[in-house]
This record gives sequence, C-alpha cells and structure tokens, in this order.
Amino acid sequence: MMAPFLILFFVFTVMPVFATIIISFTDYNVLGTPNFVGWQNYINLFVHDEIFMKSLSNTMVYAVITGPVGYMLAFIVAWVLNEMGPFLRALLTFIVYVPTLSGTAYTIWNLIFDGDVYGYANSFLMSFGFIEEPIQWLTTEEYILPIIIIVQLWMSMGVGFLAMRAGFSSVDKSLYEAAAVDGVKNRFQELFYITIPAMGPHLMTAAILQITSMFANSAVSESLAGSPSTNYAGHLIIQHLSDYSSVRFQRGYASAISVILFLMMIAMNKVVLKLLNKIGR
Amino acid sequence: MTNFKVSVKRLFSNRTKKVNRSKTGNAMIFLFIGIIAAYSMIPLVLMVSNSLKPISELFIYPPRWFPINPTFDNFKVLFSLMSSTWVPFSRYIFNTFFVTIITTVLHILIVAHAAYPLAKHTFRGKKLINTLIMYSLMFVPVVTDIVNYMTISSLNLINTYTAMIIPNVYYTFGLFMLRNYMTTIPTTLVEAAKIDGCNELTILWKIIMPMAKPAWLTLIILMIQNMWSQANNTYVYSEKFKTLPAALSQITTGGLIRVGAGQAVGVIMLIVPATVFIVNQTKMVETMASSGIKE
Repeated sequence: MMAPFLILFFVFTVMPVFATIIISFTDYNVLGTPNFVGWQNYINLFVHDEIFMKSLSNTMVYAVITGPVGYMLAFIVAWVLNEMGPFLRALLTFIVYVPTLSGTAYTIWNLIFDGDVYGYANSFLMSFGFIEEPIQWLTTEEYILPIIIIVQLWMSMGVGFLAMRAGFSSVDKSLYEAAAVDGVKNRFQELFYITIPAMGPHLMTAAILQITSMFANSAVSESLAGSPSTNYAGHLIIQHLSDYSSVRFQRGYASAISVILFLMMIAMNKVVLKLLNKIGR
Repeated sequence: MTNFKVSVKRLFSNRTKKVNRSKTGNAMIFLFIGIIAAYSMIPLVLMVSNSLKPISELFIYPPRWFPINPTFDNFKVLFSLMSSTWVPFSRYIFNTFFVTIITTVLHILIVAHAAYPLAKHTFRGKKLINTLIMYSLMFVPVVTDIVNYMTISSLNLINTYTAMIIPNVYYTFGLFMLRNYMTTIPTTLVEAAKIDGCNELTILWKIIMPMAKPAWLTLIILMIQNMWSQANNTYVYSEKFKTLPAALSQITTGGLIRVGAGQAVGVIMLIVPATVFIVNQTKMVETMASSGIKE
C-alpha cells in the first residue's frame, strides 16, 4: 500500500540528498565527465567566494530577524485572535492570512517602495518633510535587506500560523475554569501556566514550518531587489545556489552550496526544537 | 435554511465568554490587532485600488489611495492581451486546471495509502520512515533540485505534464498531517472491521477516510493553493505547457504601460485561493488542531 509514496519519496527526496552530497565532491558541470575533487568546492566556497560569504551573512541576518520575530508575531496574533468572538476571529484570520494566499501578492511592495516620487513610501515621507528627494529604496545597498525583511514579515502568517491557531483552539476549555478557581489572576498567567504547556506539539509543528518556509523563500528578494541585487546586498544563499546551478551550470559547486544549506537548516531545527522542549516541560 | 441561520447566529453570539479578563487588556489587544491587520491589509487595498485606476491616474503626484474615476480598463487591457498570445490563452488556463486537479487527486490517493499503515500498523522500518519524514520537513526542496532535474531528464520527461505532476504528488507535509489525524481515530474501529471480514483497502476507504475528512479537505486546499500559484516549473520549457501564473507574469513585465494590468493580475491570482480559503476556513483550522507532532 505504501509503495507509490515510498518510491516517489526515495526517488525525489532521499536519493537526491545523498546524490547531492556525492556530487558536491566533484566538478560536475553538465557537459563534461565529473572528476573527483575532494574538499576543493568547500574550500573555494569559504576561502575564495566572497559573494558566498556575503550571502551567508545576509541569510543569517535575515533568518535571525524574520525567524524569531515572525514566529513570535504569529504566536501573539494567534493568541490575540483566540481572545476574540467567533465572527471577529474568522474575519481577522482571513485578513492576516491573505498575504500568503497568493504567490504573487508581494509584488505590490514594488509600488510602495518605488524609487521615484510616485512610490507611496517616498511621497508619504516627502509630504511630511522627512526627506527632500525620493530615495531609491530597492537599489540602495543599506535599504535592500531591511525591505526584504519587512515584506517577509508581512508574509509570516502562513501555514505555521494556522497550526498555532489550531493549537490554541485545541486547549481544553475546562482547564481555564479550573485555573481560575486555583488562583490564576490574569490572561498572562493563563497563557504561561496553561496554554503554552498544553500546546507544545503545535508549537513545534509551527516552528518547523516557519523555519523551512523562511529559508525556502527567495522569491521576495528576487522580485523586489532583482537577482543579483545591487552589490549583492540582498543576495541569499538560495539565490547563490540557483545562480550556480541554473545560470552558470557549475553543478558540483552548486551541490556544495546545497549541502551547506541543508546542514544549516537541520542545525537550526535541532536548536529550535531543543528550546521549545524546554519551554514545553 | 434554518441550519444556515443557526450557524450565522452562532458566529455572532458571544459564547466564548472568558474568565479573568480586564477592560484595559481588551483595549490593548484590539489596538495591537488593529495595527497588525492594517500592516497586512494596506498593501492589498493598494493593489485592488491600483487595479481600478485608469492609466492617467497611475502616475500623479502625490499618489492617491483610491481612484477618482474607477474603471475596469486594466482588466480589459489584460483580457485583450490574453487573446493575442502566441499559444491560445485557453491553453494556459487548461494547463493550470489540468495540472492542479490531477496533482491534487493523485496526492490524496498516494498519501492516504501511505498514511494508513504508518498510523495504524506496526512493521519493521516504520520508525525509520517516520524519522526520514520528519527530517524531510526540515529542509528546502531546492536542495534536491539539481539531482531531480537529472532524474527527470534521464527518464525523458522534460516538457511533459508528467514532469509537472509527479514531483508534486508526494508532498510530505500532507502525509505527516494525514498520519497524525489518523492516529486519533480509535484503533478498536479498525479491529472491529477486521473481525467482520473487511480487507485493508475496504477499511481505509469505508472507515478511515470518511472519518479523516477534515484532514484531506485541508490537504486539498493547501495543494490547490500551492499548484495554483506555481509559476515557473523547472522541468518545462515549451510555451505549450506553461501555466496561467507564468503567462500572466510574462504579460506584466511589458513595461510602464502594463503597471495597471499587473495589479489586475495580482487581483485575479488572489481571487481563487481566497474564495477556497473563506469557504473552508473553519474546517481547516479544526484539522490543524489534531496534527501536532507527538512524541
């Protein structure tokens, strides 16, 4: 019964992961026969490839901000929605989820951060006199990464958020009444002593989904800042990977980038799950 | 009809009265959610309002929030552009619907058959499979792209519908969710059916699947949402196989004159998943409630 799933799963997920690890030790470039080059790709990545280091630091900044902040934001919003009546809850869930519904909705931010006076951000700041001249938001190095982060946070209420909302509604209601009798005074005590311990598994599901979707998403950066962006200011590891694999066709090198990315994600998930385990217990 | 009235009434009733709530706290909460809702909605309101602006209003200073003379010109431009494409536009629409529907159906079939043994049977290697699935949720699919491209091309599947469908049907999160939902179904039901002489397939389709309905309804929604917005499939180059989002994004990259049409595209792309979401919202969240990771 499980055969169709297992075959596809092994062919398209398990096998590729191991194959990628092997290819990362070769100089495979689609045309020639691959030669074994040992650790050369990895040495090149960390010693000679400045753009990779740039993309690594960008990804770290981006991940450290959008990850925890997006997660906390999703958690707080899910909690606040849980405090509302059924109608408002349904309406507001739709409102905060809608940015992630369509794969292309974020292109509107192009118009908001437009570089000329017709952009909403520029005209707003100019009409209040904060700036004299329009700012080239999406081509100025120091603004690119912050803008990508703002847009990514805008989209952070995704499937993980839905998992958390479900977690809140799955907590047994009689627990709250019992707690009130036992002397829980306000909603914060209720949240920390009852709700969070009761929804541990959902917090983990949400964390995994959040981390994965965060690393997977380079579409925002590509669409807003272009790929490559000015001086690689918004360059993420994923973009570096697709640059080498489908533009330069240096698949061996690209595989080495894949492996690094893979290890980063596993490590990140491990750390986060450890932390959540501590909170849950 | 009365049923509908009851459910509407329930929507507006304040049954979820809670203990330990202060007025100030409630006010703070409404302020907070107001800010978040604004952050979330303002860009989308701008998108809709820009899609309704005539071309003369797109470039005025200062930019206006709402159009002075709303028109559907942008949508008309979009539709006339659609009728002048090289491949007939109906082909893109057909491709999107075809791929989305086939993928969703196959996905449910495949995942159901895999989730049932994982949830209700014990066998050798079950733990290994579960661990692999957990790990596979933890990394981006991009990591496997290079090898998958080689697999697809060595099977001679480049530029086929199969290449658009197969790599999407085994979405592991779907399996994960369905399996977790199935574990909450009492095992005694399965045993009773076995005693009555049902074989495994009958148990799955006559007993387990009807009970797991909220779970696979959710999967259908997530799958439609994914497939609907999938613009660039790496395994397909021929124009004949491209999907609606790919075609629409080509239309909108046509320069300044297409800015309005671009916003119209955004609105169109949002309508289908938004409708599906609104219709199924309650069901979806109910399912998520029982899909937490359990140790």
